[in-house]
Amino acid sequence: MIDQYVPNASSFAGQIDELILLITAIVGFWWLLAEGVFFWLIIKFNAQEGVKAQYVSGENAKEKRWVSMPHYATLVFDVIIMIFAVKAWQEVKQTMPQADSTVRVIAQQWAWTFVHPGPDNLLDTPDDIRLVDELHVEKGKTYHFELQSRDVLHSFSVPVFRLKQDIVPGRTIRGWFKPTMTGGFDIQCTEICGIGHGFMPARILVHTPEEFQNWQQAKSPAQAALPTPAEQMGGMK
Amino acid sequence: MSMARPIATTRSATGISTGKLAVWWLIASEIVIFGGVLGSYVMHRLGHPEWADQAANTNTWAGAFNTLVLLTSSLAAVLAHNAAEMKDGKKAAKFLWLTILGALVFLVVKSWEWSTEIHHGFTITSHTFWSFYYTAAGIHGLHVIIGAIIMAVIAVDAAKGKDLQRVEAVGLYWHFVDIVWIFLFPLLYIAK
Amino acid sequence: MSTATAEHGHEGQGHDAHGHHEPQNFFLKYFWSTDHKIIGMQYLFTGLAMAVVGGFAVYAFRMQLAFPGMSVPGWGRVTATDYNALVTTHGSVMIFWVAMPVLIAALGNYLIPLMIGCDDMVFPRLNRLSYQLFLLSIVVLFMSFYAQGGGFGGAWTSYPPLAAKAEYNLTPAGAPLWLLAVALEFAAFLLGGINFVTTVMNSRAPGMKMFDIPMVIWMIIIASIMFMASVGPLVAGAVMLFFDQTLGTGFFDPNQGGDPVLWQHLFWFFGHPEVYVVLLPAMGIVAEVVTTFARKKLFAYKTVLYTAVGTGVLGFFVWAHHQFIAGIDPRMANIFSVTTLLISIPVAEMCFVYIATLYGGSIRLTTPMLWALAFIGEFLIGGVTGIFLGASGADIYFHDTYFVIAHFHYTFFPIAFIAVFAAMTYWFPKMFGRYMNEAWGKVHFWGTIIPFNFIFIPLFLLGARGDHRRIYDYTHFPDLMKPGMQDLRILATLALVTLLAFQLVFVVNFFLSMFRGKKAEANPWKANTLEWVAPSPPPHGNFPEGLPNVYRGPYEFSHPDRQEDYWPQNVAS
Repeated sequence: MIDQYVPNASSFAGQIDELILLITAIVGFWWLLAEGVFFWLIIKFNAQEGVKAQYVSGENAKEKRWVSMPHYATLVFDVIIMIFAVKAWQEVKQTMPQADSTVRVIAQQWAWTFVHPGPDNLLDTPDDIRLVDELHVEKGKTYHFELQSRDVLHSFSVPVFRLKQDIVPGRTIRGWFKPTMTGGFDIQCTEICGIGHGFMPARILVHTPEEFQNWQQAKSPAQAALPTPAEQMGGMK
Repeated sequence: MSMARPIATTRSATGISTGKLAVWWLIASEIVIFGGVLGSYVMHRLGHPEWADQAANTNTWAGAFNTLVLLTSSLAAVLAHNAAEMKDGKKAAKFLWLTILGALVFLVVKSWEWSTEIHHGFTITSHTFWSFYYTAAGIHGLHVIIGAIIMAVIAVDAAKGKDLQRVEAVGLYWHFVDIVWIFLFPLLYIAK
Repeated sequence: MSTATAEHGHEGQGHDAHGHHEPQNFFLKYFWSTDHKIIGMQYLFTGLAMAVVGGFAVYAFRMQLAFPGMSVPGWGRVTATDYNALVTTHGSVMIFWVAMPVLIAALGNYLIPLMIGCDDMVFPRLNRLSYQLFLLSIVVLFMSFYAQGGGFGGAWTSYPPLAAKAEYNLTPAGAPLWLLAVALEFAAFLLGGINFVTTVMNSRAPGMKMFDIPMVIWMIIIASIMFMASVGPLVAGAVMLFFDQTLGTGFFDPNQGGDPVLWQHLFWFFGHPEVYVVLLPAMGIVAEVVTTFARKKLFAYKTVLYTAVGTGVLGFFVWAHHQFIAGIDPRMANIFSVTTLLISIPVAEMCFVYIATLYGGSIRLTTPMLWALAFIGEFLIGGVTGIFLGASGADIYFHDTYFVIAHFHYTFFPIAFIAVFAAMTYWFPKMFGRYMNEAWGKVHFWGTIIPFNFIFIPLFLLGARGDHRRIYDYTHFPDLMKPGMQDLRILATLALVTLLAFQLVFVVNFFLSMFRGKKAEANPWKANTLEWVAPSPPPHGNFPEGLPNVYRGPYEFSHPDRQEDYWPQNVAS
């Protein structure tokens, strides 16, 4: 449903889409039923000359089942939704599959710095590739990310991955994703972070392995213009 | 526009007087305010055992003395209530003034404590422990001041035999202020 | 304020003439009154005036979203700073200065003494003080708009460190003033709440037992208690945040050993129950209106009451669903996801009960009834879309998108406007002794309901396609400028402008009817509750023929033993 408009480009995006579809089906059915009954009653029991309304207290069990049956049905369907919701949640937020590589995401008012580990695949080494507002990853590899903020709350959101995580200053928050589709996609900041909040777009570029190698080779000479790791960490706790 | 009390005020479907009922609700809403401050503080303390180094600089003896002062003043509030029950407005007023005296002693000790601490460099911004210390005790102190003012107003009326039912209501409030301190004292002074 | 008619009959006594002759008296009567009805009106009119402020803010920033960079008529170019301030103003004004005063304070003050059959609130002067504090909070709020550096732009949630440090939010005066205004407003409602609860507990008419209390009164009381129980931690948090802003403490600043997520807990511990604080009175209004115009006894009165209490209690255990992805322990998200989905049960049950009440009724589609029914129909959409957000896995995607905005507007708009319009049209004859014009009322109804759906259905679609919130200008996001997306934004904005324009119909109808409407008798809708026993409008003291006694429940419509289809609570047999 969602993937018609927003491609699903990570290993868990499909699961979240299925969850959303399931919820849509369940609540859609109940919603249509409730609104159907509602409008039918309004039409059916519109005031007619000489017809008095019925006197129903709704206090005895026989009458009450008209609300208690939907009540139990709500409970059953709630439980179904809960199970699938928690499963999807655990896949995204509570598991950490072995990483092929780790990237660091540093947010600040109002820009992103993405630290790629470089050819040695280790962070905080001289061959790190630091880029502003551009994150490069390889399709099919599992990535861990480390989120850090230099000032206020931000949120790292990649809609095509169905991934979102707030970034809290003073902490490093970790998570993972595995891109499954090549291309360039938006990265958003989804937590209001000041007047430039709307001007924090970044792009994630998912490459094929060959493209990624080429990009890494081209970029790996140290980026003199950007701050060194020491400076970078200076402002952090 | 008359200031006569509406009939509503004189009704009592619960059997509890309206004034007392209102004070209970006031206390209920205050409990959650202090709950918010103290809950936040406790969460921080549990996460930061090293705050004990800061807490070591509080003056436990001054805090203990103030606890004693407040407890004694609560006793005076009870005696004021007893006198009010006996319709002895003069005596009730006397005990209320005694309670107010307790509040004043508490405030004097508190200000001496604070000025010493600030003098030693422990200000509200010097550490988050001190931020909590001054904020929690400050909000409590504000309640002590407000309580003392209300008691003074009621004492003046009570001496004339007016509105004696208020003595009990303000007494309830005062016990609450006292109990809050009973929580603050160990959390801010003793936990080191 | 035409309440001038309150004690001077209806004939030609406009308040101007009255005020002209006795200026001092006029002031005392309308601005220094302790009469619960006048205080209720003060809250009502102030709340509605603030709705204009909140409505103007949304107009300005929606125009920017639809037509980025345009000069908005009445505002000019919306800058990024303006945008954030407008979003913050819209959110906080609509919740704190419109929904709260109108639903709790105005209705509570006006209705409680009338509906429980007594002459006033138990603490009339406390009541006046409550309104004065509320007015002061508005003054402070307006000061924050014009403060140096501009109005606060950190959203109504006011998350630190952004809200805590001027170096981040760039509004050194706006932020603390905004916070102070919110705190004053809380103080006003705490006083009001104590007054409401005490009044209903102690001062009911003789014979009015627990289950004879009209549902709207129950709902206001449960809401007041919820407010009192939930706002405390936020008051504490507000003091702490205020010190962070002004003194430089670090309660919420990680660089000074504080924790920014703590604020979120304090805020949402209040913020989520707050949703039910405004929802319950709205549900109560709907119960009154639906029973009256369906001529039906409320289906399962006790069930409604228990579900309201259940919602109230459960409402305290769901707050962290606003923080699933905020950096809390992910295991906690599972627990809060479960509690959040569970709360759908009592709320859904309330809707089922109202739908069941229609069965076998004799439904009259008057303007108030249309509003009440629209509340049920629209609120259901808000309710079911909440499931998407309560389900933790799906919330990862929907969190902080326009889907969330559309969801809570499908709950808040029915609460703060649809139910309030139901209330105002229903009690209008009581308040002013005249009917509101039905034809114009229906024009206003359709002119509000239809555009309302055209605002928020596009926002659901945009949210599902990834539009994130509080963004000044989407043109920087290639994925959000795909074909059709801007059209949806424009559609929502045009629908909004239409909706706002139709509110003029209401304003004109309201004031014209107040002075020129058809005269209304004491009980124009043939309803049962006690406010209809008092004359329309009720004089000071409410019941000139003596305070009523109560003999039965509030919803004895169409009783088989009675000729008439209603049976007022105060009639002995």
